[in-house]
Amino acid sequence: MNAATVSQLHDTRFVELSRVNKAFATKKGVFLAVQDVNLSIKKGEFVSIIGHSGCGKSTVLNLIAGLLDASSGTLICNGREIAGPGPERSVVFQNHSLLPWLTCFGNIYLAVEQVFGKKEGKERLKQRTHAALELVGLAHAADKRPNEVSGGMKQRVGIARALAMEPKVLLMDEPFGALDALTRAHLQDELIRIVGETGSTVVMVTHDVDEAVLLSDRIVMMTNGPAATVGEILDVPIPRPRKRLELADDPDYVAARKAVLDFLYQRHARPAAAA
Amino acid sequence: MKPIIETQVMRAVEAVPAAMLREARLARVREWIMAVVPPVLGLLVFAAIWQAVSLQNKAIPGPLPVWDAAVALFSKPFYVNGPNDQGIGWNILSSLQRVGLGFGLAALIGIPAGFIIGRFKFIAAMLAPIISLLRPVSPLAWLPIGLLVFKSANPASIWVIFISSIWPIILNTAAGVSQVPQDYLNVARVLNLSESKIITKVLFPAVLPHLLTGIRLSIGVAWLVIVAAEMLTGGVGIGFWVWDEWNNLNVAHIIIAIFVVGIVGLLLEQALIKLASFFDYQ
Ligand SMILES: Nc1ncnc2c1ncn2[C@@H]1O[C@H](COP(=O)(O)OP(=O)(O)OP(=O)(O)O)[C@@H](O)[C@H]1O
Ligand SMILES: [Mg+2]
Repeated sequence: MNAATVSQLHDTRFVELSRVNKAFATKKGVFLAVQDVNLSIKKGEFVSIIGHSGCGKSTVLNLIAGLLDASSGTLICNGREIAGPGPERSVVFQNHSLLPWLTCFGNIYLAVEQVFGKKEGKERLKQRTHAALELVGLAHAADKRPNEVSGGMKQRVGIARALAMEPKVLLMDEPFGALDALTRAHLQDELIRIVGETGSTVVMVTHDVDEAVLLSDRIVMMTNGPAATVGEILDVPIPRPRKRLELADDPDYVAARKAVLDFLYQRHARPAAAA
Repeated sequence: MKPIIETQVMRAVEAVPAAMLREARLARVREWIMAVVPPVLGLLVFAAIWQAVSLQNKAIPGPLPVWDAAVALFSKPFYVNGPNDQGIGWNILSSLQRVGLGFGLAALIGIPAGFIIGRFKFIAAMLAPIISLLRPVSPLAWLPIGLLVFKSANPASIWVIFISSIWPIILNTAAGVSQVPQDYLNVARVLNLSESKIITKVLFPAVLPHLLTGIRLSIGVAWLVIVAAEMLTGGVGIGFWVWDEWNNLNVAHIIIAIFVVGIVGLLLEQALIKLASFFDYQ
Protein backbone atom coordinates (compact mmCIF):
# COMPACT_ATOMS: atom_id res chain seq x y z
CA MET A 1 0.00 0.00 0.00
CA ASN A 2 1.42 3.41 -0.86
CA ALA A 3 1.21 6.52 1.29
CA ALA A 4 -1.69 8.06 -0.62
CA THR A 5 -4.01 5.08 -0.16
CA VAL A 6 -3.10 4.86 3.50
CA SER A 7 -4.03 8.47 4.07
CA GLN A 8 -7.22 7.98 2.04
CA LEU A 9 -8.10 5.07 4.25
CA HIS A 10 -7.47 7.26 7.27
CA ASP A 11 -9.77 9.89 5.87
CA THR A 12 -12.72 7.61 5.17
CA ARG A 13 -12.29 5.75 8.46
CA PHE A 14 -10.99 8.68 10.44
CA VAL A 15 -12.62 7.43 13.61
CA GLU A 16 -13.42 3.78 13.77
CA LEU A 17 -15.05 1.70 16.45
CA SER A 18 -15.19 -2.01 15.86
CA ARG A 19 -16.93 -4.55 18.05
CA VAL A 20 -16.66 -2.31 21.07
CA ASN A 21 -18.10 -3.51 24.36
CA LYS A 22 -18.15 -1.58 27.58
CA ALA A 23 -19.06 -3.15 30.90
CA PHE A 24 -19.11 -1.38 34.25
CA ALA A 25 -18.37 -3.11 37.52
CA THR A 26 -21.23 -2.19 39.86
CA LYS A 27 -22.30 -3.30 43.31
CA LYS A 28 -24.84 -5.63 41.76
CA GLY A 29 -22.26 -7.18 39.47
CA VAL A 30 -21.12 -6.47 35.95
CA PHE A 31 -23.33 -4.16 33.92
CA LEU A 32 -22.90 -4.37 30.16
CA ALA A 33 -23.72 -0.84 29.03
CA VAL A 34 -22.95 -1.04 25.31
CA GLN A 35 -22.32 -4.08 23.19
CA ASP A 36 -20.82 -4.65 19.77
CA VAL A 37 -20.71 -1.02 18.68
CA ASN A 38 -19.44 -0.60 15.13
CA LEU A 39 -19.09 2.84 13.66
CA SER A 40 -16.78 4.56 11.24
CA ILE A 41 -16.65 8.27 10.74
CA LYS A 42 -15.16 10.14 7.79
CA LYS A 43 -12.89 13.11 8.12
CA GLY A 44 -14.90 16.33 8.21
CA GLU A 45 -18.13 14.50 8.89
CA PHE A 46 -20.71 15.63 11.43
CA VAL A 47 -22.21 12.62 13.20
CA SER A 48 -24.88 12.70 15.87
CA ILE A 49 -25.59 9.94 18.34
CA ILE A 50 -29.21 9.84 19.44
CA GLY A 51 -31.09 7.50 21.74
CA HIS A 52 -33.19 7.40 24.86
CA SER A 53 -31.82 8.51 28.19
CA GLY A 54 -29.47 5.99 29.75
CA CYS A 55 -28.93 3.96 26.59
CA GLY A 56 -25.19 4.60 26.48
CA LYS A 57 -24.63 7.68 24.32
CA SER A 58 -22.24 9.31 26.77
CA THR A 59 -20.49 6.00 27.22
CA VAL A 60 -19.76 5.79 23.49
CA LEU A 61 -18.60 9.41 23.38
CA ASN A 62 -16.34 8.96 26.40
CA LEU A 63 -14.88 5.84 24.83
CA ILE A 64 -13.93 7.88 21.76
CA ALA A 65 -12.61 10.63 24.03
CA GLY A 66 -10.49 8.03 25.83
CA LEU A 67 -11.98 9.02 29.19
CA LEU A 68 -13.31 5.45 29.43
CA ASP A 69 -11.47 2.29 28.43
CA ALA A 70 -13.33 -0.25 26.33
CA SER A 71 -13.82 -3.68 27.86
CA SER A 72 -13.15 -5.19 24.45
CA GLY A 73 -13.00 -4.15 20.81
CA THR A 74 -10.84 -1.57 19.08
CA LEU A 75 -11.11 2.17 18.76
CA ILE A 76 -9.01 4.00 16.24
CA CYS A 77 -8.58 7.68 15.50
CA ASN A 78 -6.48 8.94 12.61
CA GLY A 79 -4.83 5.55 12.17
CA ARG A 80 -3.86 5.17 15.81
CA GLU A 81 -5.44 3.19 18.59
CA ILE A 82 -7.13 5.41 21.16
CA ALA A 83 -5.18 4.81 24.36
CA GLY A 84 -6.46 7.62 26.56
CA PRO A 85 -7.73 11.16 26.40
CA GLY A 86 -5.82 13.80 24.52
CA PRO A 87 -6.21 17.28 23.08
CA GLU A 88 -6.58 15.99 19.51
CA ARG A 89 -10.03 14.75 20.63
CA SER A 90 -11.34 17.73 22.55
CA VAL A 91 -14.58 17.43 24.46
CA VAL A 92 -17.44 19.83 25.07
CA PHE A 93 -18.89 18.52 28.29
CA GLN A 94 -22.58 18.30 29.05
CA ASN A 95 -22.20 20.73 31.97
CA HIS A 96 -19.57 23.00 30.38
CA SER A 97 -16.95 22.01 33.04
CA LEU A 98 -15.19 25.35 33.10
CA LEU A 99 -12.74 25.86 35.94
CA PRO A 100 -14.50 28.41 38.17
CA TRP A 101 -11.29 30.06 39.42
CA LEU A 102 -10.16 31.01 35.91
CA THR A 103 -11.74 33.70 33.76
CA CYS A 104 -13.35 32.79 30.44
CA PHE A 105 -10.09 33.85 28.83
CA GLY A 106 -8.07 31.85 31.36
CA ASN A 107 -10.06 28.69 30.74
CA ILE A 108 -9.40 28.83 27.00
CA TYR A 109 -5.81 29.98 27.46
CA LEU A 110 -5.02 26.96 29.63
CA ALA A 111 -6.10 24.70 26.77
CA VAL A 112 -4.36 26.73 24.07
CA GLU A 113 -1.13 26.89 26.05
CA GLN A 114 -1.23 23.16 26.56
CA VAL A 115 -1.65 22.40 22.85
CA PHE A 116 0.47 25.12 21.23
CA GLY A 117 2.67 26.36 24.10
CA LYS A 118 5.71 24.37 23.03
CA LYS A 119 5.85 25.84 19.55
CA GLU A 120 4.41 29.33 19.88
CA GLY A 121 5.09 32.47 21.89
CA LYS A 122 2.83 34.00 24.50
CA GLU A 123 1.53 36.70 22.12
CA ARG A 124 0.40 34.15 19.57
CA LEU A 125 -1.28 32.05 22.30
CA LYS A 126 -3.18 35.09 23.54
CA GLN A 127 -4.15 35.88 19.97
CA ARG A 128 -5.52 32.37 19.53
CA THR A 129 -7.50 32.66 22.76
CA HIS A 130 -9.03 35.98 21.71
CA ALA A 131 -9.86 34.54 18.31
CA ALA A 132 -11.66 31.62 19.94
CA LEU A 133 -13.68 33.96 22.14
CA GLU A 134 -14.55 36.05 19.11
CA LEU A 135 -15.65 32.96 17.21
CA VAL A 136 -18.39 32.36 19.77
CA GLY A 137 -19.15 36.07 20.14
CA LEU A 138 -17.80 36.44 23.65
CA ALA A 139 -14.90 38.86 23.23
CA HIS A 140 -16.55 41.18 25.77
CA ALA A 141 -16.73 38.47 28.46
CA ALA A 142 -13.04 37.56 28.37
CA ASP A 143 -12.28 38.74 31.89
CA LYS A 144 -15.42 37.42 33.55
CA ARG A 145 -15.46 34.36 35.78
CA PRO A 146 -17.77 31.49 34.71
CA ASN A 147 -20.17 32.23 37.57
CA GLU A 148 -20.57 35.78 36.26
CA VAL A 149 -21.91 34.77 32.85
CA SER A 150 -25.14 33.06 31.74
CA GLY A 151 -25.54 29.34 31.11
CA GLY A 152 -25.51 29.84 27.34
CA MET A 153 -22.33 31.88 27.58
CA LYS A 154 -20.63 29.21 29.70
CA GLN A 155 -21.55 26.61 27.11
CA ARG A 156 -20.12 28.85 24.38
CA VAL A 157 -16.87 29.22 26.32
CA GLY A 158 -16.77 25.42 26.59
CA ILE A 159 -17.20 25.17 22.82
CA ALA A 160 -14.58 27.88 22.23
CA ARG A 161 -12.15 26.01 24.48
CA ALA A 162 -12.68 22.79 22.56
CA LEU A 163 -12.37 24.51 19.17
CA ALA A 164 -9.30 26.55 20.15
CA MET A 165 -7.39 23.31 20.59
CA GLU A 166 -7.85 22.67 16.85
CA PRO A 167 -8.80 19.08 17.54
CA LYS A 168 -8.84 16.35 14.94
CA VAL A 169 -12.24 15.38 16.33
CA LEU A 170 -14.62 17.56 18.28
CA LEU A 171 -16.68 15.55 20.75
CA MET A 172 -19.80 17.10 22.22
CA ASP A 173 -22.04 15.58 24.88
CA GLU A 174 -25.46 17.22 24.67
CA PRO A 175 -23.78 20.60 24.35
CA PHE A 176 -27.06 22.50 24.24
CA GLY A 177 -29.14 20.22 26.43
CA ALA A 178 -29.39 22.56 29.40
CA LEU A 179 -30.28 25.67 27.40
CA ASP A 180 -33.58 27.34 26.57
CA ALA A 181 -34.96 26.89 23.06
CA LEU A 182 -33.94 30.34 21.78
CA THR A 183 -30.38 30.15 23.02
CA ARG A 184 -30.11 26.62 21.73
CA ALA A 185 -31.26 27.62 18.23
CA HIS A 186 -28.80 30.52 18.25
CA LEU A 187 -25.88 28.30 19.28
CA GLN A 188 -26.85 25.64 16.75
CA ASP A 189 -26.67 28.27 14.01
CA GLU A 190 -23.30 29.39 15.31
CA LEU A 191 -22.07 25.81 15.38
CA ILE A 192 -23.18 25.35 11.76
CA ARG A 193 -21.20 28.45 10.82
CA ILE A 194 -18.10 27.49 12.83
CA VAL A 195 -18.01 23.91 11.57
CA GLY A 196 -18.53 25.26 8.05
CA GLU A 197 -15.48 27.48 8.52
CA THR A 198 -13.21 24.96 10.21
CA GLY A 199 -14.35 21.75 8.51
CA SER A 200 -14.04 19.90 11.81
CA THR A 201 -14.95 16.29 12.31
CA VAL A 202 -17.68 16.29 14.93
CA VAL A 203 -19.37 13.64 17.04
CA MET A 204 -22.30 15.02 18.99
CA VAL A 205 -24.55 13.28 21.49
CA THR A 206 -28.07 14.63 21.57
CA HIS A 207 -31.60 13.64 22.47
CA ASP A 208 -33.14 16.36 20.30
CA VAL A 209 -34.38 15.01 16.97
CA ASP A 210 -34.51 18.40 15.23
CA GLU A 211 -31.03 19.25 16.40
CA ALA A 212 -29.69 15.95 15.08
CA VAL A 213 -31.30 16.43 11.66
CA LEU A 214 -30.35 20.08 11.38
CA LEU A 215 -26.67 19.56 12.16
CA SER A 216 -25.68 16.07 11.08
CA ASP A 217 -24.45 14.36 7.96
CA ARG A 218 -25.35 11.07 9.58
CA ILE A 219 -27.41 10.16 12.62
CA VAL A 220 -26.47 7.12 14.67
CA MET A 221 -29.55 5.77 16.42
CA MET A 222 -28.91 3.63 19.45
CA THR A 223 -31.13 0.88 20.80
CA ASN A 224 -32.14 0.83 24.44
CA GLY A 225 -29.80 -0.53 27.10
CA PRO A 226 -28.60 -2.58 28.76
CA ALA A 227 -26.27 -3.89 26.10
CA ALA A 228 -27.25 -1.06 23.80
CA THR A 229 -25.83 -0.97 20.33
CA VAL A 230 -26.09 0.94 17.07
CA GLY A 231 -29.60 0.23 15.79
CA GLU A 232 -29.54 2.14 12.54
CA ILE A 233 -27.55 4.86 10.82
CA LEU A 234 -29.42 7.47 8.85
CA ASP A 235 -27.93 9.63 6.11
CA VAL A 236 -29.15 13.22 6.04
CA PRO A 237 -28.69 14.23 2.41
CA ILE A 238 -29.39 17.94 2.87
CA PRO A 239 -26.75 20.17 1.27
CA ARG A 240 -24.80 22.72 3.30
CA PRO A 241 -24.90 25.47 4.34
CA ARG A 242 -28.24 24.66 5.93
CA LYS A 243 -30.69 27.39 6.84
CA ARG A 244 -33.03 26.67 9.72
CA LEU A 245 -36.00 28.51 8.20
CA GLU A 246 -35.75 26.95 4.76
CA LEU A 247 -35.50 23.43 6.16
CA ALA A 248 -38.97 23.23 7.65
CA ASP A 249 -40.54 22.36 4.27
CA ASP A 250 -37.58 20.51 2.81
CA PRO A 251 -38.78 16.98 1.93
CA ASP A 252 -35.40 15.46 2.90
CA TYR A 253 -35.58 17.17 6.27
CA VAL A 254 -39.14 16.02 6.88
CA ALA A 255 -38.27 12.46 5.83
CA ALA A 256 -35.15 12.32 8.01
CA ARG A 257 -37.04 13.70 10.97
CA LYS A 258 -39.80 11.16 10.49
CA ALA A 259 -37.30 8.30 10.22
CA VAL A 260 -35.64 9.22 13.51
CA LEU A 261 -38.95 9.73 15.29
CA ASP A 262 -40.14 6.42 13.94
CA PHE A 263 -37.04 4.68 15.25
CA LEU A 264 -37.21 6.30 18.69
CA TYR A 265 -40.92 6.16 19.37
CA GLN A 266 -42.19 3.21 17.32
CA ARG A 267 -39.58 0.53 17.01
CA HIS A 268 -37.38 1.36 19.98
CA ALA A 269 -39.70 3.17 22.34
CA ARG A 270 -38.44 3.51 25.88
CA PRO A 271 -39.08 0.30 27.77
CA ALA A 272 -41.27 2.04 30.33
CA ALA A 273 -43.24 3.82 27.61
CA ALA A 274 -43.70 0.64 25.59
CA ALA A 275 -45.08 -1.34 28.52
CA MET B 1 -58.26 67.49 31.91
CA LYS B 2 -55.11 65.91 30.67
CA PRO B 3 -52.60 67.95 32.73
CA ILE B 4 -54.46 67.15 35.95
CA ILE B 5 -54.26 63.44 35.33
CA GLU B 6 -50.59 63.75 34.54
CA THR B 7 -49.79 65.61 37.76
CA GLN B 8 -51.76 63.05 39.72
CA VAL B 9 -49.82 60.27 38.12
CA MET B 10 -46.58 62.08 38.74
CA ARG B 11 -47.44 62.58 42.39
CA ALA B 12 -48.22 58.91 42.74
CA VAL B 13 -44.92 58.02 41.10
CA GLU B 14 -43.07 60.36 43.44
CA ALA B 15 -44.93 59.13 46.50
CA VAL B 16 -43.97 55.54 45.98
CA PRO B 17 -40.19 56.00 45.96
CA ALA B 18 -40.35 58.29 49.00
CA ALA B 19 -42.28 55.67 50.96
CA MET B 20 -39.95 52.96 49.75
CA LEU B 21 -36.92 54.98 50.77
CA ARG B 22 -38.32 55.53 54.24
CA GLU B 23 -39.10 51.82 54.47
CA ALA B 24 -35.57 50.92 53.40
CA ARG B 25 -34.03 53.36 55.87
CA LEU B 26 -36.14 51.89 58.67
CA ALA B 27 -35.11 48.39 57.70
CA ARG B 28 -31.46 49.41 57.83
CA VAL B 29 -31.86 50.97 61.28
CA ARG B 30 -33.62 47.85 62.50
CA GLU B 31 -30.82 45.69 61.10
CA TRP B 32 -28.22 47.85 62.81
CA ILE B 33 -30.00 47.63 66.15
CA MET B 34 -30.25 43.86 65.81
CA ALA B 35 -26.53 43.66 65.07
CA VAL B 36 -25.41 45.80 68.01
CA VAL B 37 -27.88 45.48 70.86
CA PRO B 38 -27.87 41.71 71.52
CA PRO B 39 -24.07 41.32 71.72
CA VAL B 40 -23.74 44.38 73.96
CA LEU B 41 -26.53 43.08 76.16
CA GLY B 42 -24.81 39.68 76.33
CA LEU B 43 -21.54 41.28 77.45
CA LEU B 44 -23.34 43.34 80.08
CA VAL B 45 -25.05 40.22 81.46
CA PHE B 46 -21.67 38.49 81.51
CA ALA B 47 -20.10 41.41 83.41
CA ALA B 48 -23.01 41.42 85.87
CA ILE B 49 -22.61 37.71 86.61
CA TRP B 50 -18.87 38.21 86.99
CA GLN B 51 -19.49 41.10 89.41
CA ALA B 52 -21.92 38.93 91.40
CA VAL B 53 -19.37 36.11 91.59
CA SER B 54 -16.65 38.51 92.72
CA LEU B 55 -18.92 39.82 95.46
CA GLN B 56 -19.51 36.28 96.67
CA ASN B 57 -15.90 35.20 96.44
CA LYS B 58 -13.41 37.81 97.57
CA ALA B 59 -10.50 35.99 95.86
CA ILE B 60 -11.86 36.85 92.43
CA PRO B 61 -11.60 40.53 91.47
CA GLY B 62 -14.58 42.14 89.74
CA PRO B 63 -14.64 43.76 86.29
CA LEU B 64 -13.56 47.21 87.45
CA PRO B 65 -10.35 46.29 89.31
CA VAL B 66 -9.42 43.99 86.42
CA TRP B 67 -9.99 46.84 84.00
CA ASP B 68 -7.70 49.10 86.03
CA ALA B 69 -5.05 46.40 86.16
CA ALA B 70 -5.32 45.92 82.41
CA VAL B 71 -4.89 49.63 81.75
CA ALA B 72 -1.77 49.64 83.91
CA LEU B 73 -0.47 46.50 82.24
CA PHE B 74 -1.01 47.67 78.68
CA SER B 75 0.44 51.10 79.29
CA LYS B 76 3.88 49.48 79.38
CA PRO B 77 3.55 46.40 77.15
CA PHE B 78 7.19 46.08 76.10
CA TYR B 79 9.32 46.49 79.20
CA VAL B 80 12.08 43.97 79.98
CA ASN B 81 13.18 43.30 83.57
CA GLY B 82 15.31 40.24 83.07
CA PRO B 83 14.33 36.96 81.38
CA ASN B 84 11.38 36.13 83.62
CA ASP B 85 9.78 39.55 83.90
CA GLN B 86 8.81 41.08 80.58
CA GLY B 87 5.88 43.14 79.31
CA ILE B 88 2.60 41.52 78.24
CA GLY B 89 3.38 42.49 74.64
CA TRP B 90 6.56 40.41 74.61
CA ASN B 91 4.69 37.48 76.12
CA ILE B 92 1.97 37.61 73.46
CA LEU B 93 4.52 38.00 70.67
CA SER B 94 6.66 35.10 71.79
CA SER B 95 3.61 32.86 72.06
CA LEU B 96 2.54 33.94 68.58
CA GLN B 97 6.03 33.27 67.30
CA ARG B 98 5.96 29.70 68.62
CA VAL B 99 2.52 29.15 67.14
CA GLY B 100 3.72 30.61 63.85
CA LEU B 101 6.78 28.36 63.73
CA GLY B 102 4.97 25.20 64.81
CA PHE B 103 2.06 25.87 62.50
CA GLY B 104 4.35 26.84 59.64
CA LEU B 105 6.20 23.54 59.88
CA ALA B 106 2.88 21.71 60.12
CA ALA B 107 1.66 23.44 56.95
CA LEU B 108 4.95 22.77 55.18
CA ILE B 109 4.60 19.05 55.78
CA GLY B 110 0.83 18.71 56.16
CA ILE B 111 -0.24 20.33 52.88
CA PRO B 112 1.90 18.14 50.58
CA ALA B 113 1.04 15.11 52.73
CA GLY B 114 -2.66 15.92 52.36
CA PHE B 115 -2.30 16.20 48.58
CA ILE B 116 -0.51 12.87 48.36
CA ILE B 117 -3.05 11.15 50.58
CA GLY B 118 -5.95 12.63 48.62
CA ARG B 119 -4.45 11.69 45.28
CA PHE B 120 -3.12 8.19 45.85
CA LYS B 121 -5.48 5.64 47.37
CA PHE B 122 -2.68 3.25 48.24
CA ILE B 123 -0.79 5.80 50.32
CA ALA B 124 -4.03 6.95 51.91
CA ALA B 125 -4.76 3.39 53.01
CA MET B 126 -1.20 3.02 54.24
CA LEU B 127 -1.31 6.14 56.39
CA ALA B 128 -4.91 5.81 57.58
CA PRO B 129 -4.15 3.62 60.62
CA ILE B 130 -1.24 5.80 61.72
CA ILE B 131 -3.26 8.97 61.46
CA SER B 132 -6.31 7.59 63.22
CA LEU B 133 -4.08 6.28 66.00
CA LEU B 134 -2.09 9.47 66.57
CA ARG B 135 -4.74 12.11 65.95
CA PRO B 136 -6.77 11.62 69.14
CA VAL B 137 -3.66 11.80 71.35
CA SER B 138 -3.69 14.85 73.63
CA PRO B 139 -1.12 17.34 72.35
CA LEU B 140 0.59 17.59 75.74
CA ALA B 141 1.37 13.89 75.68
CA TRP B 142 3.92 14.78 73.00
CA LEU B 143 5.74 17.25 75.23
CA PRO B 144 8.04 14.72 76.99
CA ILE B 145 9.12 13.34 73.62
CA GLY B 146 9.89 16.87 72.49
CA LEU B 147 11.88 17.63 75.63
CA LEU B 148 13.73 14.35 75.25
CA VAL B 149 14.64 14.91 71.62
CA PHE B 150 15.33 18.65 71.62
CA LYS B 151 16.60 18.93 75.22
CA SER B 152 15.23 22.45 75.48
CA ALA B 153 11.86 23.98 76.29
CA ASN B 154 11.37 26.27 73.32
CA PRO B 155 11.71 23.73 70.49
CA ALA B 156 9.72 21.27 72.58
CA SER B 157 6.71 23.59 72.69
CA ILE B 158 7.06 24.29 68.97
CA TRP B 159 7.08 20.54 68.45
CA VAL B 160 3.85 20.21 70.42
CA ILE B 161 2.23 22.91 68.29
CA PHE B 162 3.47 21.18 65.16
CA ILE B 163 2.13 17.76 66.07
CA SER B 164 -1.26 19.03 67.23
CA SER B 165 -1.90 21.37 64.32
CA ILE B 166 -0.78 19.06 61.53
CA TRP B 167 -3.84 16.75 61.62
CA PRO B 168 -6.53 19.26 60.62
CA ILE B 169 -4.32 20.40 57.75
CA ILE B 170 -3.64 16.89 56.47
CA LEU B 171 -7.21 15.70 56.82
CA ASN B 172 -8.89 18.75 55.30
CA THR B 173 -6.45 18.91 52.41
CA ALA B 174 -6.87 15.21 51.70
CA ALA B 175 -10.67 15.48 51.88
CA GLY B 176 -10.55 18.47 49.55
CA VAL B 177 -8.36 16.67 47.03
CA SER B 178 -10.53 13.56 46.99
CA GLN B 179 -13.64 15.71 46.56
CA VAL B 180 -12.41 17.60 43.51
CA PRO B 181 -15.22 17.17 40.97
CA GLN B 182 -14.56 14.49 38.38
CA ASP B 183 -15.48 17.06 35.71
CA TYR B 184 -12.41 19.14 36.47
CA LEU B 185 -10.20 16.08 36.40
CA ASN B 186 -11.72 15.06 33.06
CA VAL B 187 -10.84 18.50 31.70
CA ALA B 188 -7.29 17.99 32.95
CA ARG B 189 -7.14 14.58 31.27
CA VAL B 190 -8.48 15.82 27.93
CA LEU B 191 -6.00 18.70 27.98
CA ASN B 192 -3.28 16.21 28.89
CA LEU B 193 -2.01 18.42 31.73
CA SER B 194 1.19 17.33 33.40
CA GLU B 195 0.99 16.27 37.05
CA SER B 196 2.57 19.55 38.14
CA LYS B 197 0.05 21.57 36.11
CA ILE B 198 -2.80 19.44 37.43
CA ILE B 199 -1.68 20.39 40.92
CA THR B 200 -1.17 24.11 40.31
CA LYS B 201 -4.04 24.80 37.90
CA VAL B 202 -6.72 22.34 38.99
CA LEU B 203 -6.18 20.64 42.34
CA PHE B 204 -4.72 23.52 44.33
CA PRO B 205 -7.40 26.09 43.45
CA ALA B 206 -10.11 23.48 43.92
CA VAL B 207 -8.73 22.46 47.30
CA LEU B 208 -7.90 25.95 48.56
CA PRO B 209 -11.22 26.51 50.39
CA HIS B 210 -10.84 23.16 52.19
CA LEU B 211 -7.22 23.93 52.90
CA LEU B 212 -8.12 27.25 54.48
CA THR B 213 -10.67 25.51 56.69
CA GLY B 214 -7.90 23.15 57.77
CA ILE B 215 -5.57 26.06 58.48
CA ARG B 216 -8.25 27.82 60.51
CA LEU B 217 -8.90 24.72 62.62
CA SER B 218 -5.23 24.04 63.08
CA ILE B 219 -4.33 27.57 64.15
CA GLY B 220 -7.25 27.38 66.57
CA VAL B 221 -5.84 24.18 68.05
CA ALA B 222 -2.31 25.60 68.12
CA TRP B 223 -3.46 28.65 70.04
CA LEU B 224 -5.34 26.42 72.50
CA VAL B 225 -2.31 24.24 73.04
CA ILE B 226 0.38 26.90 73.33
CA VAL B 227 -0.95 28.21 76.66
CA ALA B 228 -0.86 24.75 78.21
CA ALA B 229 2.54 23.91 76.74
CA GLU B 230 4.12 27.12 77.96
CA MET B 231 2.71 26.58 81.44
CA LEU B 232 4.73 23.40 81.54
CA THR B 233 7.90 24.62 79.88
CA GLY B 234 8.31 28.18 81.16
CA GLY B 235 10.24 30.99 79.46
CA VAL B 236 8.53 33.99 77.93
CA GLY B 237 4.99 33.54 76.66
CA ILE B 238 1.39 34.10 77.57
CA GLY B 239 1.00 30.60 79.08
CA PHE B 240 4.08 30.99 81.22
CA TRP B 241 2.88 34.45 82.24
CA VAL B 242 -0.41 32.96 83.50
CA TRP B 243 1.54 30.46 85.55
CA ASP B 244 3.84 33.14 86.91
CA GLU B 245 0.90 35.32 87.95
CA TRP B 246 -0.67 32.30 89.62
CA ASN B 247 2.50 31.90 91.66
CA ASN B 248 2.26 35.62 92.52
CA LEU B 249 -1.45 35.09 93.30
CA ASN B 250 -2.26 38.01 90.99
CA VAL B 251 -5.76 36.88 89.97
CA ALA B 252 -6.57 40.07 88.08
CA HIS B 253 -3.67 39.33 85.71
CA ILE B 254 -4.83 35.77 85.24
CA ILE B 255 -8.24 37.03 84.20
CA ILE B 256 -6.60 39.53 81.86
CA ALA B 257 -4.59 36.68 80.36
CA ILE B 258 -7.78 34.74 79.71
CA PHE B 259 -9.22 37.71 77.83
CA VAL B 260 -5.98 38.25 75.92
CA VAL B 261 -5.86 34.61 74.83
CA GLY B 262 -9.50 34.79 73.79
CA ILE B 263 -9.15 38.04 71.89
CA VAL B 264 -5.97 37.00 70.06
CA GLY B 265 -7.62 33.70 69.13
CA LEU B 266 -10.65 35.57 67.85
CA LEU B 267 -8.50 37.94 65.78
CA LEU B 268 -6.56 35.04 64.24
CA GLU B 269 -9.81 33.29 63.35
CA GLN B 270 -11.35 36.44 61.83
CA ALA B 271 -8.22 37.19 59.82
CA LEU B 272 -8.28 33.67 58.37
CA ILE B 273 -12.00 33.86 57.57
CA LYS B 274 -11.32 37.14 55.77
CA LEU B 275 -8.48 35.50 53.86
CA ALA B 276 -10.70 32.56 52.92
CA SER B 277 -13.39 34.87 51.53
CA PHE B 278 -10.92 36.14 48.92
CA PHE B 279 -10.69 32.64 47.49
CA ASP B 280 -14.39 31.89 47.46
CA TYR B 281 -14.99 31.80 43.73
CA GLN B 282 -18.33 29.96 43.84
N1 LIG C 1 -19.41 4.57 35.80
C1 LIG C 1 -20.50 3.81 35.66
N2 LIG C 1 -20.71 2.76 36.47
C2 LIG C 1 -21.80 1.99 36.32
N3 LIG C 1 -22.75 2.17 35.39
C3 LIG C 1 -22.60 3.21 34.54
C4 LIG C 1 -21.47 4.08 34.63
N4 LIG C 1 -21.58 5.01 33.66
C5 LIG C 1 -22.72 4.74 33.02
N5 LIG C 1 -23.34 3.64 33.52
C6 LIG C 1 -24.57 3.03 33.04
O1 LIG C 1 -24.47 2.84 31.66
C7 LIG C 1 -25.68 3.16 31.01
C8 LIG C 1 -25.42 4.18 29.94
O2 LIG C 1 -25.05 5.41 30.55
P1 LIG C 1 -24.78 6.71 29.70
O3 LIG C 1 -24.38 7.77 30.64
O4 LIG C 1 -23.87 6.40 28.58
O5 LIG C 1 -26.24 7.03 29.13
P2 LIG C 1 -26.70 8.21 28.17
O6 LIG C 1 -27.26 7.60 26.96
O7 LIG C 1 -25.62 9.20 28.01
O8 LIG C 1 -27.89 8.84 29.02
P3 LIG C 1 -28.36 10.37 29.11
O9 LIG C 1 -29.06 10.68 27.85
O10 LIG C 1 -29.31 10.36 30.27
O11 LIG C 1 -27.15 11.19 29.35
C9 LIG C 1 -26.63 3.63 32.08
O12 LIG C 1 -27.51 2.57 32.40
C10 LIG C 1 -25.76 3.96 33.24
O13 LIG C 1 -26.42 3.66 34.45
MG1 LIG D 1 -25.31 11.23 28.73
